Amino acid sequence: MEVIEQIKEQVVDAKVLKVNPLESEAIYIFREVVAQFEKPVLLFSGGKDSITLVRLAQKAFYPGKIPFPLLHIDTGHNFPETIEFRDRLVKELGVELIVRNVQDSIDQGKVIEEKGKYASRNSLQTTTLLDALEEFKFDAAIGGARRDEEKARAKERIFSVRDDFGQWDEKNQRPELFDHLNGKIDLGQNVRVFPISNWTELDVWSYIQKEEIEIPSIYFAHKRKTFIRDGMIWSAEDDVVHREDDELVEERLVRFRTVGDMSCTAAVLSAAITIDKVVAEIRESTISERGARIDDKRSEAAMEKRKQQGYF
Amino acid sequence: MDVLKIATAGSVDDGKSTLIGRILYDTKSLTTDKLEAIETRSKANGFDYLDFSLATDGLVAEREQGITIDVAHIYFSTKTKSYIIADTPGHIEYTRNMVTGASTSQASIILVDARKGVIEQTYRHFFINNLLRVKDVIVAVNKMDLVDFSQEKYEAIKADFERLIEKSDYKEQNITFIPVSALQGDNVVGKSEKTPWYKGQTLLEHLEELDAQDVYEKSEARFPVQTVIRPKKDEFHDFRGYAGKLYGGNLSVGDEVTVLPSLTTSKVKEIFFFDKKFDTAGRGSSCTITLEDDVNVSRGDMIVKSTEKPRVEKQLTATICWMDGKDLNPGTNYFIQSGSSRVLAKVKSVNGTITTDFSGEDTVKSSLSLNEIGKVQIQLSKPLAIDSYSKNKASGSFILIDSQTNNTSGVGFIE
Repeated sequence: MEVIEQIKEQVVDAKVLKVNPLESEAIYIFREVVAQFEKPVLLFSGGKDSITLVRLAQKAFYPGKIPFPLLHIDTGHNFPETIEFRDRLVKELGVELIVRNVQDSIDQGKVIEEKGKYASRNSLQTTTLLDALEEFKFDAAIGGARRDEEKARAKERIFSVRDDFGQWDEKNQRPELFDHLNGKIDLGQNVRVFPISNWTELDVWSYIQKEEIEIPSIYFAHKRKTFIRDGMIWSAEDDVVHREDDELVEERLVRFRTVGDMSCTAAVLSAAITIDKVVAEIRESTISERGARIDDKRSEAAMEKRKQQGYF
Repeated sequence: MDVLKIATAGSVDDGKSTLIGRILYDTKSLTTDKLEAIETRSKANGFDYLDFSLATDGLVAEREQGITIDVAHIYFSTKTKSYIIADTPGHIEYTRNMVTGASTSQASIILVDARKGVIEQTYRHFFINNLLRVKDVIVAVNKMDLVDFSQEKYEAIKADFERLIEKSDYKEQNITFIPVSALQGDNVVGKSEKTPWYKGQTLLEHLEELDAQDVYEKSEARFPVQTVIRPKKDEFHDFRGYAGKLYGGNLSVGDEVTVLPSLTTSKVKEIFFFDKKFDTAGRGSSCTITLEDDVNVSRGDMIVKSTEKPRVEKQLTATICWMDGKDLNPGTNYFIQSGSSRVLAKVKSVNGTITTDFSGEDTVKSSLSLNEIGKVQIQLSKPLAIDSYSKNKASGSFILIDSQTNNTSGVGFIE
């Protein structure tokens, strides 16, 4: 009886591992990070890209646990759904979660809250992030940025070296050849690592679909109190965004394509309530994902400037 | 989905960025917001047409000067494939970026200005594609609109280029010529009515037919160990998994293997990918394997089939492309890194530089400066498992890391 069971098991397992090149590349990068750095950390925002990173990290080190903690820089303006999701995921995986708050940086007088109707805490995150990297002496910070998101990010390396001030020197980047990733750095420097650099938005969504990865509910269509500003749909369910009197609140069926800080993330009209419908919608979409990021609309070089200052 | 990486090369003003912008536009890959941004900017710069190069030039300095400084990656997809274009600058001083872009690309587009024909830069671009053994090269003769779509001009350029091909020693390279106008879109995605004499495919038609296997072509299996996985869990108490990416060929359960450089032998016991077991790992897969015997394996070691062993050497000869502002001088120590192995190395001698025009005239020089290519003898502090580059791109190439600045100073192709 026992013998038959064993044979059956082997037949089930008799298969060839086929390659998803993007997944294989990302896993390779994760393993290089763990081998080349002393204290890596995964920057976790609760968004779909960082959730995808967590799944890839699980795959890279199975049956071992993910060998580094997650770090969430909390602006205090996150969607409550994202925070709930984050806490549940961390519990399930048994990984360590470190949270550092932008509010603390404000209270310490290190950064000043922006004013006016476009006030956002998005760019204030940089200071909190750099302080956290310093506090824990992290030498590699893994992020979910993708080159297709934005034109300054299109020039980013997979291992991106930052100086003591977290600055990105875009004109003096290390060349990256073949799979030979150079993670050698001096004390005080750190590296930002982007394992899904070569993925597009559609690649991420297709992966979430195929792998049946759970994501926060705000990525799916739901009814939400919203108002229109500059042709974009803003959430009005909270008092994070300073709404003006003539900006009328209306309930709309929406979902979010990207989940950043509430003050800089616009919603899109959508009836997509399942992952299949979301993927279908992305395929047909004529507006880019970052087109719904209010922080990028500030100026044509908005991202490049933020990155030079140490933004991830 | 299959992924095809393409590097582009051309001189300043050959219209590389315009060509890429045109591909994005004609394949409807530019989203409304990006297109609007291009329109606004084109108008602001005083153009009466859409300046597609704005779709790719990402840095402020690039937009101001209208040139490309750094490798940019551009993504688009069709029904059959995902494409990644590494847009590399054509300036003479940026050879290092061109080599970088070509190192991970299966195909390459070389742009030639139909008015100027084959120039010194073209020689250099083709030389690099040759040196790196890029499988498919497309010579796009651009700006055909400015020479009245003249067949004579096109044929003359093709003939000039074919004389270069005769000098190449990588005869398996596929080279295709296409007359295009990136600005007006002729033969880029759609067939042009202005070149009735051209019977070949358009650029995109050609790309759609290319094989999208990765750059590490089929050869012998090489499994460089990146990290050892030892979970501290009850159910995997004695588990020792070797995690790495498989290059060159497949590896199966039961294969007799040798661990390098120690030459210990064993058999493949299990192949894991995440929580599933497989009989065979396909090349290119990032898997975890266990061995039958309790042997000593650590990061930097390479697992290979016992019948297909690579060379294990403490000395090597390689062609180096130098990428650092600080010259490469004999007697200097560097770290040599190939995949997961990194050892200290000393450059014993530089045997002159190689001119990139296929003239075979090499300069007698004992050092290498930025963007120069030369033949170098290297002494390693520890033996390394290597192949020649023409046999296996992964185990046949390496980078040199400056031991003081930590910069990636050069790339080498082993003889």
